[in-house]
Amino acid sequence: MSAILDGFTVVAVMTGAVFFLAGTVGLLRFPDSLSRLHALSKADNLGLGLVMLGLLPHVDSVAGGLKLVCIWLLVLLSGSTASQLIARTLQRGGSQS
Amino acid sequence: MPEFLLGSAAFILGMVALGLVRILRGPTDADRMMATQLLGTGGIAAVLLLGAATGAAATVDVALTLALLAAFASFAFMKARPAQAEAAADDHP
Amino acid sequence: MNDVLNLVLAAVILGLAAWTIVAREAYAAVVGFIAYGLLLTLVWVQLHGVDVALTEAAIGGGLTGALLIGAAARLRSTEARARAERPGQATRWLAAAFSAAVTGALAVVVLLLPVPAPTLAPEVVAHIAVTGVGNPITAVLLAFRAMDTLLEAIVLLFALIGVWSLAPDRAWGGRPGLLQPVDPNGMLAYAARVLPPIGIVAGAYIFWVGADHPGGKFQGATLLAAMWLLVMMAGLADAPPTSRAWLRWLLVAGPLAFIGIGVVGAVHAGAFLAYPEGFAKPLILVIEFALMPTLTLILGLMLLGAPRRGETS
Repeated sequence: MSAILDGFTVVAVMTGAVFFLAGTVGLLRFPDSLSRLHALSKADNLGLGLVMLGLLPHVDSVAGGLKLVCIWLLVLLSGSTASQLIARTLQRGGSQS
Repeated sequence: MPEFLLGSAAFILGMVALGLVRILRGPTDADRMMATQLLGTGGIAAVLLLGAATGAAATVDVALTLALLAAFASFAFMKARPAQAEAAADDHP
Repeated sequence: MNDVLNLVLAAVILGLAAWTIVAREAYAAVVGFIAYGLLLTLVWVQLHGVDVALTEAAIGGGLTGALLIGAAARLRSTEARARAERPGQATRWLAAAFSAAVTGALAVVVLLLPVPAPTLAPEVVAHIAVTGVGNPITAVLLAFRAMDTLLEAIVLLFALIGVWSLAPDRAWGGRPGLLQPVDPNGMLAYAARVLPPIGIVAGAYIFWVGADHPGGKFQGATLLAAMWLLVMMAGLADAPPTSRAWLRWLLVAGPLAFIGIGVVGAVHAGAFLAYPEGFAKPLILVIEFALMPTLTLILGLMLLGAPRRGETS
């Protein structure tokens, strides 16, 4: 049983790390700010979700697992709002370099 | 398992570092605002992995605080940007 | 693997620190500084100082960053002039030599520290049962070294008064900060409606859990202050005038309660801030509850700055 859980953790965390890699590659390679923001917010949040999923078997109690899920939902909520605001600022183009 | 978790934390940290290099170079201020997004996800992932590796349950609270304060920092950035009018008003009370 | 992680962490942090110093504009440097603070949190977690990690994430990452960003925004108009005055070669070489000397001295001191470092931790653990709290850091902060915490709270209050003293005469006692434009359907207003309830619950939770686990009133107060600031940034609430009686009473309530309990201890238990037998936990709770609103108000008001508007605007 614990071997299966460990395997699940390994697979989930590695997939999460791959998504972080994809997000960073997008960040480095995309031509303009808006697409970089897109790569950053989408891929990294999904990576975080997968990492969190992989860590769920290791929590001490159900409450601990719920806490992890709540943190991910909170990051999604605040991240999407902040990304929207950043995107509007980028689109307006009115920023000093 | 702890070794694997520490290794993934190191990998994610490396990704954050690479991302930071690109973001901080960004020609405009708006590009640099993305740093809070990057750290808000990558940093929290690293903290959660570290916490799971060492077994300290309290590190989840650190992740919670990081999530809230990273969001707050990005909103503060947003607010500070159209500040040229404010700064000019400051010079002439 | 732990060593690899520590190496990566150290390299990223050192690189960020170097970039923050070299960055051309204040805004960019502040972003670098905030990233640095958030990554320093990871360092504290690695060093097993979870309480310090919480404080670093809250203060070093969020609040100090917002403070510096406000300062950078105010300084924007003078940045070109400041950059035009570059110090001469000799000054810069001298500065570099001095910095290197200080770094070298610090490195030598750190490397020469005695290896089983002298510590009072066993003493704390031996006596912690008397205080009724389970977290040794809370026990040290609020029982064994309560005097330091009292003085810190008073210093924070003085800092706030110092910030207020920067107000122009006509605005003394008025509202800090400028009136924020409200866009009731905007994203910022949405965030300021949805996040603060979550933040308040998180702040109260971290305050409460600090008795037996990492946490405490300072980190909780920072979260509450951040949520309050968010609501004000979105224009959904206005900053209170600094002449209001309730504001000033709440500001001094914490230190006053603390000093009062200290005097009670002097009368009943023989020394200032000594706790009578069996009363340690309730007294600690009273102090924490009294200090929470004080700290929240102080942190929030310090970030808002000096009063700039009259009371009725």
